[in-house]
Amino acid sequence: MSIGISIEHIGVAADSDRGGPAQPLLTVNGLVKHFDLKKGFVDTVMGRGKVVRAVDGVDFRILKGETLGVVGESGCGKSTTARLLMHLIDPSAGEIVFNGETVGSPALPLREYRRQVQMVFQDSYSSLNPRLTIQDSIAFGPQVHGVPKQEAITRARNLLERVGLEPRRFAGRYPHELSGGQRQRVNIARALACEPRLVILDEAVSALDKSVEAQVLNLLMDLKEEFGLTYLFISHDLHVARYISDRVMVMYLGKVAETGPAEALFEQPLHPYTRALLSSMPSMDPDRRTEEAALAGDPPNPIDPPPGCRFHTRCPLAEAVCSQRAPSLKTRQRRETACLIHEPGSGHSHAAAVAAAVHAS
Amino acid sequence: MNTASRADSAPIVSVRDLRVTFNGGKKPVSAVNGVDLSVARGETVALIGESGSGKSVTLRSLLRLHPERRTRIEGRIEVAGEDVLALGSRALADYRGRVASMIFQEPLLALDPVYTVGQQIVESIRRHERISPAEARKRALELFERVRIPSPERRLDAYPHEMSGGMRQRAMIALALACRPQVLLADEPTTALDATVQIQILLLLRELQRELGLAIVFVTHDMGAAVEVADRFAVMYAGRIVEEGPTREVIRNPRHPYTLALMQARADGAMEKGARLASIPGAPPDLAQLPTGCAFAERCTFVQPACLQSRPEAVELGGGHRARCLRTDATAQAVAQSARATANTSILLTETA
Amino acid sequence: MNTTASLPLPQPRTKVEAIERSPGFWSGVLAKLMRDPVALGAGAVLLALIVMAIFANQLLPADPYATSMFKRLKPIGFEGYPLGADELGRDMLSRLMLGTRLSLFMGITPVLIAFVIGSAIGILAGYAGGLVNTLIMRTIDILYAFPSVLLAIALSGALGAGIGNALLSLTIVFIPQIARVAESVTTQVRGRDYVEAARASGAGPFTIVRVHVLGNVLGPIFVFATSLIAVSMILASGLSFLGLGVRPPEPEWGLMLNTLRTAIYSQPLVAALPGVMIFITSISFNLLSDSLRSAMDVKS
Ligand SMILES: Nc1ncnc2c1ncn2[C@@H]1O[C@H](COP(=O)(O)OP(=O)(O)OP(=O)(O)O)[C@@H](O)[C@H]1O
Ligand SMILES: Nc1ncnc2c1ncn2[C@@H]1O[C@H](COP(=O)(O)OP(=O)(O)OP(=O)(O)O)[C@@H](O)[C@H]1O
Ligand code: SF4
Ligand SMILES: [Mg+2]
Ligand SMILES: [Mg+2]
Repeated sequence: MSIGISIEHIGVAADSDRGGPAQPLLTVNGLVKHFDLKKGFVDTVMGRGKVVRAVDGVDFRILKGETLGVVGESGCGKSTTARLLMHLIDPSAGEIVFNGETVGSPALPLREYRRQVQMVFQDSYSSLNPRLTIQDSIAFGPQVHGVPKQEAITRARNLLERVGLEPRRFAGRYPHELSGGQRQRVNIARALACEPRLVILDEAVSALDKSVEAQVLNLLMDLKEEFGLTYLFISHDLHVARYISDRVMVMYLGKVAETGPAEALFEQPLHPYTRALLSSMPSMDPDRRTEEAALAGDPPNPIDPPPGCRFHTRCPLAEAVCSQRAPSLKTRQRRETACLIHEPGSGHSHAAAVAAAVHAS
Repeated sequence: MNTASRADSAPIVSVRDLRVTFNGGKKPVSAVNGVDLSVARGETVALIGESGSGKSVTLRSLLRLHPERRTRIEGRIEVAGEDVLALGSRALADYRGRVASMIFQEPLLALDPVYTVGQQIVESIRRHERISPAEARKRALELFERVRIPSPERRLDAYPHEMSGGMRQRAMIALALACRPQVLLADEPTTALDATVQIQILLLLRELQRELGLAIVFVTHDMGAAVEVADRFAVMYAGRIVEEGPTREVIRNPRHPYTLALMQARADGAMEKGARLASIPGAPPDLAQLPTGCAFAERCTFVQPACLQSRPEAVELGGGHRARCLRTDATAQAVAQSARATANTSILLTETA
Repeated sequence: MNTTASLPLPQPRTKVEAIERSPGFWSGVLAKLMRDPVALGAGAVLLALIVMAIFANQLLPADPYATSMFKRLKPIGFEGYPLGADELGRDMLSRLMLGTRLSLFMGITPVLIAFVIGSAIGILAGYAGGLVNTLIMRTIDILYAFPSVLLAIALSGALGAGIGNALLSLTIVFIPQIARVAESVTTQVRGRDYVEAARASGAGPFTIVRVHVLGNVLGPIFVFATSLIAVSMILASGLSFLGLGVRPPEPEWGLMLNTLRTAIYSQPLVAALPGVMIFITSISFNLLSDSLRSAMDVKS
């Protein structure tokens, strides 16, 4: 059964899956985005405009068919990373390789890439055009890519049915006539209308009620299975991130702190920041309430990030070397960590012990 | 703290059969339909429930913040001995802030953008008390230290938009405490915050409650946050409190099917990876035309014909635990069953270090 | 999984079946306006004025140009002159009725033209952003810096008296105002997630502006423009009053107010009549624009 549109219509080469399942669907190398601050006249003359280092050298991969969760405090650059991946903003540096092709190269023009990567935003209301019926909103994307109007509308209706909104009742409605959960379903349908391979979900369930959230998460899992999707799932809710992700990436102040399989990372966090983040989760057990906050204060300003390891100002294990030397991502057993403790020979007093433990095992 | 001694003293907040109806739209909306709630001095009650269940409306009624003309409030609200619904406008202004004050989810909307936070606190203190600006500023500074704002002296002169989300929420709390109220009403104060900052604010609220003897009504839809601060839980559905009791009791032994469903709908706890999440089917009832029976009946797994006849009265379950449901026994059974099923699943991961 | 897989769905549909249609945005606005007594009242007054303007020739009770030395400055209710007579003995009622035509025309036309041009400029600046925005908006700001009365008078003065020039100068006065509003709403809409989503699906700027921007910005700009009609009428009257707009003996309220000002002591009520008409019309436009604004506020 199909909704009757072959991909040839949209002009994709059928052999687009290269390199087999082992090759990552998306590889990000050294991605950087610095936003210019509004400069004063004096600064312009002196040439000392400041920048917000929103994303400052991020490397990661998303494997085919997996869900990569991204967690971290507010302002650590999660949304900026998502917008960079969507090419909604231009990176200051770095490259994005999708399915073996560099994005923007002749082999993978931006327009074609954009069809294969779609995004669901957090604010379900502002992400739907209030003047369009929801079926028109969903049908817009395919039409941009040359699907005839009638066909796009048929596709929109079928997708509505698939996300649990009866087309006969809902297709002709406007966004303000739907509840938050229903709107988010529409947004998901809209993202799927172009038949993407990668869907970026930026806090897609954060604004929803817990029970509605559960419905939408179930739907996302089903759709992933059904259409063989790959997800990048951004969330500040650690429970949700753990539940839905195969692998999790923890960001801190524009950099990757740690990446690893979800269960391993949640069971045994390696980076001191991940550990602090996890112990900030409310306990759900009235007899074991949190007694002390794991982290004090707010993250430092991304305009002047601390030198060395960015976490050293709040890290319980920081030593002198942490403020001098920036750790780099070190891989060990499918897990990557950027902390001097996990960098043999870094000069951090714990590093030797960790190295020894690894040696022993 | 000891529950017995608290129960002895008269409650500082006492709400009886509160009904709030909004008449603005095409049909009247019954947002709150008979809420009874008491809060003792130094006690924190969490009001939880889905979006639209009437938590905020209940809370705002305590300060009479609803548009007077379009709202009908019935019932009785007594806070610290004052009959809130009978207060004249002068007395009401005096009551707000001094007896009870409120903190909101989005402090940026609640704080005035054109004044510094310090000015707003000083203004608020001097509206209620006749003290010099210098003295009021000293109090403001103490408050900032109290809520642990770093470099408080400097931050007093900051505008709300110059602060981070967590800092703004602290400033908001400081403002709410400016006139030494006895009751703090918190409407989802941590929903907009990160986990790391959320726990800081929750701990701060707990500390303030303990040290200042504040009574706190804490509205949230996040069970985890509620467990961290609340002594008692009150679960709302369609404008009524359907279950109420000590936190431990409600969490471990929910007796209302809605509470049970809420617990199961969480993506956290002992959630099996890859398993489907339990969610409550259907949607809350239309508040403009509430069913005659139990409002939850349409979505309830234990529904019986009797449930559709009339609104269930509260069933006392002992120890201040009560539920408005005809089938508290069925829920209890379901809880026992699922407890057996998940007995060997680890609950959380805090022990890893 | 490869991209050729199409979505497996419950059943293939070939025919588009009928769906429940929600009333569109504008019919919702209309329904709300119909429920708003203020809007209905203001609308009725304006409708009456427009009917009067269109059918003035058929409706006139007397010749508005016929002067009479003996009937000069007669009070309201004077025999054969229900609203009195002006300084040349012409029938005030007829002149006021015929004046509706020119006054409304002078009020609406400049705003209409400025709406089209100003919106285009503002939307271009707002959607393009960056340098284009800076260039356009700074130029607009220069014009905007002058008070509108002053600018209108200066332009009319420079261009010379006459209806055409008055219209032109009023249009120039309103373009920057409308452009600024258009720019700010467009900038707002451009930042909305649905525009981002449209960009992310690969749509070009023209498609996005056509499908997603226009529908969302024209409403608010239109509301603002309706509120300018009142200003325009008053400015046009002012220009006529100064002898820069409509020329005698054509009836136009501003001009009538001017010529009757000498009679302010002898026949104050008659002298005030054109002013009353200006007042009623501009108030009606303002009330209607206010109602329109609140009706367009979609909050269910
Ligand atoms: N257009 C912009 N101009 C300047 N600074 C920006 C811009 N967009 C984002 N930033 C800054 O970049 C940093 C990262 O922002 P980002 O939105 O990516 O954070 P986030 O991790 O998504 O946070 P949240 O959890 O609050 O959504 C922040 O400090 C933010 O203020
Ligand atoms: N001023 C008002 N006029 C009309 N209806 C209102 C008004 N305020 C609230 N309501 C309605 O009352 C109901 C209860 O709203 P309330 O804000 O108390 O929900 P809540 O439990 O706080 O939900 P949330 O978690 O979304 O904040 C809602 O259906 C809402 O639409
Ligand atoms: S490098 Fe140092 S400061 Fe950074 S996380 Fe590791 S121990 Fe802490
Ligand atoms: Mg974000
Ligand atoms: Mg609320």
